Amino acid sequence: MEVIKKIFRDKFARTAFIILFLLYLIILFADFIAPYSNTYSNRDMAYAPPSKIYTINECGKISWPYTYNYVREYNPVLMQTVFKQDRSQKYYIKPFKNGHLFGVEEGGQVYLLGTDINGRDVFSRLLFGGRISMTVGFLALLVVFPIGLLYGGISGYFGGIVDTLMMRFAEAVMAIPSFYLLIILAAILPSGMTSVQRFALIVIILALIGWAGFARVVRGMVLSIKNEEFVQAEKTMGASNLRIILRHILPQTTSYVIIAMTLSVPSYILAESGLSFLGLGIQQPDASWGNMLKEAQEFTNILYRPWLLTPGVLIFIAVLSFNILGDAIRDILDPKSQKRI
Amino acid sequence: MEFFRYISKRILQVIPLLIIVSIISFFIIRLSPVDPLAELRLNPSISQETLDKEMKRLNLDKPIYIQYISWAKSFIKGDLGYTSAGEKVSVKLKERIPNTLLLTVIVIFMTWAVGLPLGILAAVHKETAFDRMLTVISSIGMAIPSFFFAILLLIFAVKTGWFPVGGLTSWNFSEMSFGGKILDISKHLVLPVIVLFTISLSGLQRQMRANMLEVLDSDYVKFARAKGLSEGKVLFKHALRNAINPMITLLGFEFAGLLSGAALTEYVFQYPGLGRLILEAVMKSDINLVMASLMMGTIMLILGNLIADILLMITDPRVRGGANGSD
Repeated sequence: MEVIKKIFRDKFARTAFIILFLLYLIILFADFIAPYSNTYSNRDMAYAPPSKIYTINECGKISWPYTYNYVREYNPVLMQTVFKQDRSQKYYIKPFKNGHLFGVEEGGQVYLLGTDINGRDVFSRLLFGGRISMTVGFLALLVVFPIGLLYGGISGYFGGIVDTLMMRFAEAVMAIPSFYLLIILAAILPSGMTSVQRFALIVIILALIGWAGFARVVRGMVLSIKNEEFVQAEKTMGASNLRIILRHILPQTTSYVIIAMTLSVPSYILAESGLSFLGLGIQQPDASWGNMLKEAQEFTNILYRPWLLTPGVLIFIAVLSFNILGDAIRDILDPKSQKRI
Repeated sequence: MEFFRYISKRILQVIPLLIIVSIISFFIIRLSPVDPLAELRLNPSISQETLDKEMKRLNLDKPIYIQYISWAKSFIKGDLGYTSAGEKVSVKLKERIPNTLLLTVIVIFMTWAVGLPLGILAAVHKETAFDRMLTVISSIGMAIPSFFFAILLLIFAVKTGWFPVGGLTSWNFSEMSFGGKILDISKHLVLPVIVLFTISLSGLQRQMRANMLEVLDSDYVKFARAKGLSEGKVLFKHALRNAINPMITLLGFEFAGLLSGAALTEYVFQYPGLGRLILEAVMKSDINLVMASLMMGTIMLILGNLIADILLMITDPRVRGGANGSD
């Protein structure tokens, strides 16, 4: 609790904490906040620009927010489809419509951030995609940390040949360029999996990349801890090796573990988005911020449909917030770095 | 003599590492249900003769450990097999590896040339507006996904038309004069270099700042100040030499990060490097090519670490003395 208090004392860390808290709150209630469902798609409205919301009507008076629908027209000169507002009919925004936070009158459409190639609402998909992008890092950590702690703990505690063998193996894993390994692992996943299975496997793959570096640091810490007197005392009392590692040595590494956790979440978010961006991660029709950015690979999209870039902005904000928060937590928990500040 | 003994010992350590890596990657790739020769079989321009040769080279009908041994043997001999398009893998790699090396080496030189001075300046002027500004900029640099930044730069390039988009050379490259060729390549390199530079600069600058702050706080720097040395002497003769050693160890890691970051950047910019090669190979499940480029990436990384270690030995007398400390 002391830590949270200290986080709130720092201006940047507080902002980062609040942003992350809001982001998680929003994706938790994505079903409620998003005006359209996960599966909504309006094929007639592919690449519609963001709906404009008006609060001042044509007479210059303040009015309840309303919007106009877009109609698709073909421009024979430019040889492309253009969207025009249909000014004949106003559609008022309605709060709490059909169990969603907001909606629009019957027959109207409200696309706050436009639509993608399949006519799906980008705003809604951002929220649903956030569910995957923002949790994948934490789930991978849940796999990485027990493995890394146990591996590093055993290796450092026993030393000798066990240590040498285990560390050589970990170094070999680290010697493979991580992104190369990542795409290869993702590519050998069999096709035809359900989206839940695929999500779980991606989490595991991300974890397979990250554990080795972590295990190495833990091992280094265990090496110095194992010679302390309280460990010797446990040994003389006849405690089993596993018990000493789990109950007495590893808890000493807690503050490092917390620091490493907050600082490594961003790298998992980035890895997932990179993987999905290439089409090897989360697959359509499921949304993730990475695979939504896949559409930004086309020139015409990035030039004429900038709203398709919004997932990138969100990745940026999330990663930035995690980095700032991680730095703050490190400064608080690590007495060595506190001196430097 | 000590120097050479250390280096040869370090090189010998690389060999078991390479063997373990090759075993890991071999088994990962063989875990996949894909038939490594499927693509070759489907390609009508591949002769039956080549196919038979590949069958023999890979020993696909034998148990997996024999397959590994025969693969390793042919790898050491330099025979890497054929890509699914029927080209020799070794030719393809020879074409791509220099491009990736060119990109990463330029980026490493630039980040060191800019990142170290910035880190030192930030440490010396700790807690000033300048330091805070650098902290904010480096946070932004660390948070922006490389491929997203690459896309943003692409928009910029398309809108302004200042830089060529994609590839490493223009279509009329072969007709250019020598100077023109260099200019053409540099123009193509600008955007990918900017992306990788921004991303690795931030980490480097922060690390240098932290090292420098730690050293500036140490007793020997206080002593140097106390005996009345000029600030410049304290900084450059006493502090800097100690602060820079951990950075050299980081050089190896930086190289690793760059190889990974380069894969996505190369993909967005259509840059003909190793990262894009492996990506395309993975998508086409071109097993020979994947395996070979994975090994090549690993070898590059290990060599990068080796160079960093040797450099560290030159700059840090402690490493020379204690040869191999317990990590």
